[in-house]
Amino acid sequence: MRPPVLEVIGLTVEFATDRGPLRAVDGVSFRVGAGETLAVVGESGCGKSVTSLAIMGLLPPGTRLGGAVRLLGEELLGQPGRAWQGRRGRDLAMIFQEPMTSLNPAFTAGEQVAEALRLHEGLAPRAAMDRAVEMLARVRIPEAARRARQYPHQLSGGMRQRVMIAMALACRPRLLIADEPTTALDVTVQAQILALLDELKRETGTAVVLITHDLGVVADHADRVAVMYAGRIAETAPADTLFARPEHPYTVGLLGAVPAIEGGAGRLASIEGTVPDLRRPPPGCRFAPRCPFAGRDCEAQPPLAEVGAGHAAACWRAPLDRMLAA
Amino acid sequence: MGPWLLRRLGQVLPTLLILSVLIFGLQQLMPGDPALILAGEERGDPQVLAQIRAELRLDRPLPEQYLHWLGRVLVGDFGFSWRIREPVGALILAKLPVTFQLAGMAFAIALLIGVPMGVLSAVRRDRPLDWLANGIALFGISTPNFWLGIMLILLFSVELGWLPPSGYVPLTEDPLQSLATTIMPAFVLGNSIAGVLMRHTRAAMLTALSQDYVRTARAKGLPERVVVAKHALRNALIPVITLGTIEFGRLLAGAVLTEQIFTIPGFGKLIVDAVFNRDYPVVQGVVLATALIFVLLSLVADLLTMAVNPRLRTA
Repeated sequence: MRPPVLEVIGLTVEFATDRGPLRAVDGVSFRVGAGETLAVVGESGCGKSVTSLAIMGLLPPGTRLGGAVRLLGEELLGQPGRAWQGRRGRDLAMIFQEPMTSLNPAFTAGEQVAEALRLHEGLAPRAAMDRAVEMLARVRIPEAARRARQYPHQLSGGMRQRVMIAMALACRPRLLIADEPTTALDVTVQAQILALLDELKRETGTAVVLITHDLGVVADHADRVAVMYAGRIAETAPADTLFARPEHPYTVGLLGAVPAIEGGAGRLASIEGTVPDLRRPPPGCRFAPRCPFAGRDCEAQPPLAEVGAGHAAACWRAPLDRMLAA
Repeated sequence: MGPWLLRRLGQVLPTLLILSVLIFGLQQLMPGDPALILAGEERGDPQVLAQIRAELRLDRPLPEQYLHWLGRVLVGDFGFSWRIREPVGALILAKLPVTFQLAGMAFAIALLIGVPMGVLSAVRRDRPLDWLANGIALFGISTPNFWLGIMLILLFSVELGWLPPSGYVPLTEDPLQSLATTIMPAFVLGNSIAGVLMRHTRAAMLTALSQDYVRTARAKGLPERVVVAKHALRNALIPVITLGTIEFGRLLAGAVLTEQIFTIPGFGKLIVDAVFNRDYPVVQGVVLATALIFVLLSLVADLLTMAVNPRLRTA
């Protein structure tokens, strides 16, 4: 069997802070295959961006990483920074949330795309620029040759994000991480950018990790979903299944579903309470303090257990129907 | 670009005109009568004084004096020094190469120390190298030039005997000897500017290194030195260029104390002597020349900033 493009096993990320260590990511595991889109969903601060930066090897020095990150079966964690750096931009690419600030204001769009090609494919400046223009045309930038000579401040937000995508995909990476790629854009532009990503993914077979907090985006563009809460994966499932049959109370809350619960456990229209302080996380299930179904047993950490085909939830109450039926 | 340059050059003339009024006017506020000083021993004789005043047009109304001076300046005649009896233009031209050499060397030293040190200390923030660089910068900023100058003379001229303690040899006469006579004052002047440049470069680099585009550059797989030297430094240079040109302009305006200590016959010495002697044409000429240098330098600064900052070029 071919190894998945990306396999993350028990990833932990710990930052040293003035008030003690902070474990932002705590035992996260997932895998993404070629041509597949995995959406990682969760609130701000749940560790989804930190997870993606950890995969890229872009966390600040001094951050403590644990677990395993395997690209095409090859372990990245613990490799010297230089080896990782050589894979960035070539095998692993990333686009960021802020197209307005993610491009260097001092260089033209074309130069910034061509730079990766010169570095990874050893192209001469002219050839790299020609390829960069091709890439810009491919991400549907009109008049690509002219735009390539323009600077970021002369481009609109959507255009800049297209340049970022062209830059990320220029060297045909095996894995693309898109961290909230459309959050900063207008709704109409959002749809265009996501459609473009889908199309390019189909053409190239790139595996995509789509980080988002927007469940609408997940429904339309993801094959599978991992829901993160407070540094852990709460639930993972194929996208259809997750929307049809969420099994973790947090997912249910996210989806805004309101299960009618006999016996007065309460309504779930919005999720009461706030995300726990990760310097002093609650023992056991981290969602327990906000969970209407929580009980004594939730003081022990629930494993991410299989509840269906490709569907796992980290909740003692899962599958929820069983309890709702009771 | 073309129209911009024309507009920019169009600002130069009015600026200089306003400056000329200021220079002329402020000078009149200085206490002391030039005629008295020039008369010397004969200052008791009213006839001599009247004669001097008539000769130098000091008996005419101020506006007339000003317009007369301005008219001459516009045709390139800065007048004669009252004291040394030499054309002011020639005096300035004689001192200019000295000052340019000293300022150029000092500025090169400041750039070579300040910018790399600022970059390194930003990259190695809060580590020993950063502390060391900050210490050196603090030393540079807080050490008085006259003290450092005297210490250097003590060490390199008196103790070691490697360098001449004072004097100046023109570059055209004996390049090596010329460097030997200017290296110490250039270091003294450069040292203090290096500290300022280092602190600003460090701050600008820290800002640049925390920007999203630096993360993008890393995500592209660029080696760290390219990320720092290309992506971050290019943007960090923008404020440093502005500051650097101002400092360079100040160097060209003359370094009075340092020139005095090393007996370098530059602008600084020329203007101080002229002020003490109430030698108005020299004061006016030197200040106007300095102002012109500043105005031109700020134009150069704008052009340089535009070269590194496309947002200005295409706006």
